[in-house]
Amino acid sequence: MAMTITEKILAKSAGKKAVRPGENIWLNVDVLMTHDVCGPPTIQIWKKEFGENAKIWDKNKLVIFPDHYIFTADKHANRNVDILRQFANEYSVENYYDVGTERYKGVCHIALAEEGYNIPGTVLIGTDSHTCTSGAFGMFATGVGNTDAAFILGTGKIWEKVPESMKFTFDGNLPSYLTAKDLILYILGDITTDGATYRAMEFDGQAVYDLSMDERMTLTNMAIEGGGMNGIIKADAVTEAYLKERTNKKYEIFESDADAKYHSTYRYNANELEPVVAKPHSPDNRDTVRKVQGTKLTKCYIGSCTGGKLSDFVNAAKILMGKEVKVPTFIVPASTTVAGELETIDISGISLKDIFTNAGCEIAQSSCAACLGGPADTVGRSVDHDVVISTTNRNFPGRMGSKKSEVYLASPLTVAASAVTGKITDPRDYL
Amino acid sequence: MEKIILGKAYVLGNNIDTDQIIPAEHLVYSLSDEEESKKYGHFALSGAPLPEAGLPGGGKPFITGDNYLSEYSIIIGGSNFGCGSSREHAPFALQKAGAKAIIAESYARIFYRNSVDGGFVLPMESENKLNDIIKTGDEVELNLTDYTLKRIADNKVFQLKHPGDVLPIIEAGGVFDYARKTGMIV
Ligand code: SF4
Repeated sequence: MAMTITEKILAKSAGKKAVRPGENIWLNVDVLMTHDVCGPPTIQIWKKEFGENAKIWDKNKLVIFPDHYIFTADKHANRNVDILRQFANEYSVENYYDVGTERYKGVCHIALAEEGYNIPGTVLIGTDSHTCTSGAFGMFATGVGNTDAAFILGTGKIWEKVPESMKFTFDGNLPSYLTAKDLILYILGDITTDGATYRAMEFDGQAVYDLSMDERMTLTNMAIEGGGMNGIIKADAVTEAYLKERTNKKYEIFESDADAKYHSTYRYNANELEPVVAKPHSPDNRDTVRKVQGTKLTKCYIGSCTGGKLSDFVNAAKILMGKEVKVPTFIVPASTTVAGELETIDISGISLKDIFTNAGCEIAQSSCAACLGGPADTVGRSVDHDVVISTTNRNFPGRMGSKKSEVYLASPLTVAASAVTGKITDPRDYL
Repeated sequence: MEKIILGKAYVLGNNIDTDQIIPAEHLVYSLSDEEESKKYGHFALSGAPLPEAGLPGGGKPFITGDNYLSEYSIIIGGSNFGCGSSREHAPFALQKAGAKAIIAESYARIFYRNSVDGGFVLPMESENKLNDIIKTGDEVELNLTDYTLKRIADNKVFQLKHPGDVLPIIEAGGVFDYARKTGMIV
């Protein structure tokens, strides 16, 4: 029976020869990831349900990254990190990356990739909707809530309805003024925020396989913005090269059969696309940058799991080099690794960090920061009637702080060009 | 599982995301401490922009004053209810505020799972769009034997969808009770 890559991975995880969309199956989970917002309640439910002698099904498969509310004086937020720390100690959880130590990593989805937890052909479940990011590695990755996570913590299992797959193919070469963010915003504009609900979003085509792992993660990260259960890109030589540097775990590469059945297929020619934004207040509210150019801004933000990777900063630096920003511009590296790379990676001999500092940007510590608003003292948080352009993934009302603010989502190139003028600006004017 | 749920309706639009249901800044309170967790009820739906809160007309907050309980127990939504983050705090907040059921055209996957697996609120799908027919404040009766919603004022009955494969989990009261019932865990 012909199957898609998602169906094949789910079949393997469920111990079946084949699965069909719509079928309910129990999966064996390879990695469970949680963080400071959902970890504490997950632990609490696990203890309540499995009793005082609750056992973690497999300690090596549990990974915990505090990342959401980190650099804040909020006492409740800090209590959450305390709970994680105590849990990790009590149960000797090795894969715990504590704040305030050398092990601190930053945003979970990027840290998972960097630390070698993303393994092709496996199943990764996380207590965060953007867990779909890991699908860039040819694996099944999806987000769940605390109860499901607590169930996995005790049993290693989760029920899932096999999704139908949608296929998005980008032919041709990606022009220099476009990034993966433009591609996913295109798709969202076409399918809307519930166009992929309960479905797998499979990305394919030359322009996709030409992308670096960083950029591929931007695509899969925002599958959830279309309601997708998972986003997935077949592993290839680019994936293998990335893995080789980070892990020696064995893996199996799956790919969709040529005659696999899809719910729907979309085809784009990358050469014909132009820079786009998602206007307030929805990631599917697409428009071309040209149409909204000139919109006055009060803030620019480059950060988060989808827009704070090394490739995002390299792109932004290409435009910000030797320029000055007109509005407060925040640089928030997704991970401590990326933060380190800002110092070691340069363009024409000037480090990314210097390029940003010289341009007048504020560089913050790695964490989720204002991507989800956060406590009142969060760096870059929107206030009052702020008009923000951001490389993050959600612009729902109040998502970045103030309910009255307006957020435009865009590529790091578009955000950088806009920072230079203080108005929404097409990056083609600066490249 | 109760077979009949009677209550006042609270009506919302499409794409009610989890930041509207419980804004991110409130995700820090304990979910297990009886007293502290009431804050989730207090802030339930506080992220919904006022003009769209309580349709038609809006301007009717789900929670008023210092309360943590809402006068409304049945939420009527449009499509893609609960989209956005994986925060289980969202269905939890609605439950804390006294909501028993949601009736929407469609749900985002994680919110739906969380509602069912945690046994917080009952997510029902309507056959047709109801959020422009039912008004905030209408007395309605949800019948879980024939999956219908009745508007008390004129006895008009609207058909809902059968929950399908997840019904055993709903009837058990959540995924843990379901797993115990079926012998998957002890
Ligand atoms: S950076 Fe933003 S989207 Fe990514 S995990 Fe953190 S809060 Fe979520």
